[in-house]
This record gives sequence, structure tokens and C-alpha cells, in this order.
Amino acid sequence: MKLRRDTFQAISDPTRRAILVLLTSQSMTAGAIASNFDVARPTISKHLQILNECDLVVTNQQGREIYYELKLEKMKEIDVWLEQFRKIWESRFGQLDHLLTTLKNKKNER
Amino acid sequence: MNVDLPFEFHVDKANKTVRVVRAFDAPLDLVWRAWTEQELLDQWWAPHPWKSRTKYMDFRVGGKRFYAMVGPEGQEHWSLEEYLSISPKTNFKKLSAFADKDGNPDLPGSEWDLQFTEKDNVTTVVITIYNESLERMERMIEMGFKEGFTATLTFLGELLRNYR
Repeated sequence: MKLRRDTFQAISDPTRRAILVLLTSQSMTAGAIASNFDVARPTISKHLQILNECDLVVTNQQGREIYYELKLEKMKEIDVWLEQFRKIWESRFGQLDHLLTTLKNKKNER
Repeated sequence: MNVDLPFEFHVDKANKTVRVVRAFDAPLDLVWRAWTEQELLDQWWAPHPWKSRTKYMDFRVGGKRFYAMVGPEGQEHWSLEEYLSISPKTNFKKLSAFADKDGNPDLPGSEWDLQFTEKDNVTTVVITIYNESLERMERMIEMGFKEGFTATLTFLGELLRNYR
């Protein structure tokens, strides 16, 4: 029986998220992906299998090599994820604006 | 909120860099101070509702800043930074790494380059963050989730589920 995978489970693991980030720039073989990590190759294969079962990556055979690529339609959701990082900076800068206004006012009072 | 102040955010996965550009409606000396003085940094560095708490900061070349992002439930994420070069009111570079509560860094960290320029009382800061390891970059993004956007991971999970 093939275990039905939950997408949430797929992205809940840091290594799998790192693999997804890697694949956003190019399609790669399992070996090339594994070379970015300090874990055993079979561990990476297992992660790739899960990502595949979750429909986040597809395989594409080119000659003797099998390339993993991100499913393009999933790219948007990955961007949603990066967008959060942008929001952190927005929040930070909003607070800095506020602080700078306070500092400027203090300066003018002197 | 100053809507007219430029804000650029760009993630370059191929070059493993994040570039952030932001202008501030304040003179250079104030903006520089806000980025380089412990008391001021702690007031804005952590995105709400997190707090930045600096244990020590020695802003000189070779000096270090050891600080924690403290969450609403008291959870702490420590970071250790080392200042690599400083050109007053122009540029500074630092190496930033996550750390444990005893100050042991988790290397490799990320390299930060911060460039300050002023024109007509508006100061622009260009931040370039280079991550040697993609895992580190991913973790930095993951930290972003934890710091105030925890719900988003759930949201993303739902989004992906709905997409299926």
C-alpha cells in the first residue's frame, strides 16, 4: 500500500524545505542535491521520494540521469513562503521609522 | 508608514544572497546610530511581538554582539555576530551566526554588508546578506516564520492542501 503523504508533512522538515529552495534555481540530480548536505545519500533519496509523493517535485529522465525539478505550479506557494521573510523586514523597518521619528523629535527639542 | 520611501527585497537563490534596500526619512547620523548602538537596536530589530535583547555588544572591528530574539512565550533564539570592518557612517560588515544560549556559534553563518548613503536628509541602507550554505539561508527564512509569523506555516500547509 502506498502511503498517502500530507503536503504539510513534506514542508515541515528543514532538509526538505532546503531541497525545495535548491530546486527553485535549477533542476538537479539526486547526487547533485545530496552534495549540498552533510547527510547520507539514502537520507536525501528518502526526502526526495516524499517530496515526489507529495507532488512538490517531479522527475525527468535525461539520458541516464534522472533530474528532479520543482513543479512549476507550486512555485507560487514557495514564493508565499519567501514573502514571509520580506514581511519580517517590513515589520522591522516600520519600527525603525518610528524610532527615528522619536530620535529626530528629541534632537529638535534640545 | 512612509509609503513613498523605497523598499526593495530580493532573494537571489543562485548567488545565495538576499538584498534589502530601504530609505529612511532621517539624517545619516541617526540612522547609523540606530543600526550600531545596542540600546537603539534593541528597540526595533525584532519584529513585533518578538523582542531583541542584547547581552553584550562591542561595536568595533573584531568586536561582537550576542543577542536573543525573545518570543511572546519567552522562547529565545540566540545569535552571535562579529564585526569584520567598519567605515563610520558609510559601511560596516559583520558575520552573523545562530548560537546557543552560551554563545557557541553554529557555523557557517551569513555575511552581511551594510551600506549607508544620505541625500536630502533621506538615508538609504543597502543590505546584502550572503549565505554560504543554502541550509542556513533556509533556516534564516524559517526563523522568520517563528518570529511573528508562525501561523503562516499552517497557512501555507492549507494552501498546498487546497491546491492538491
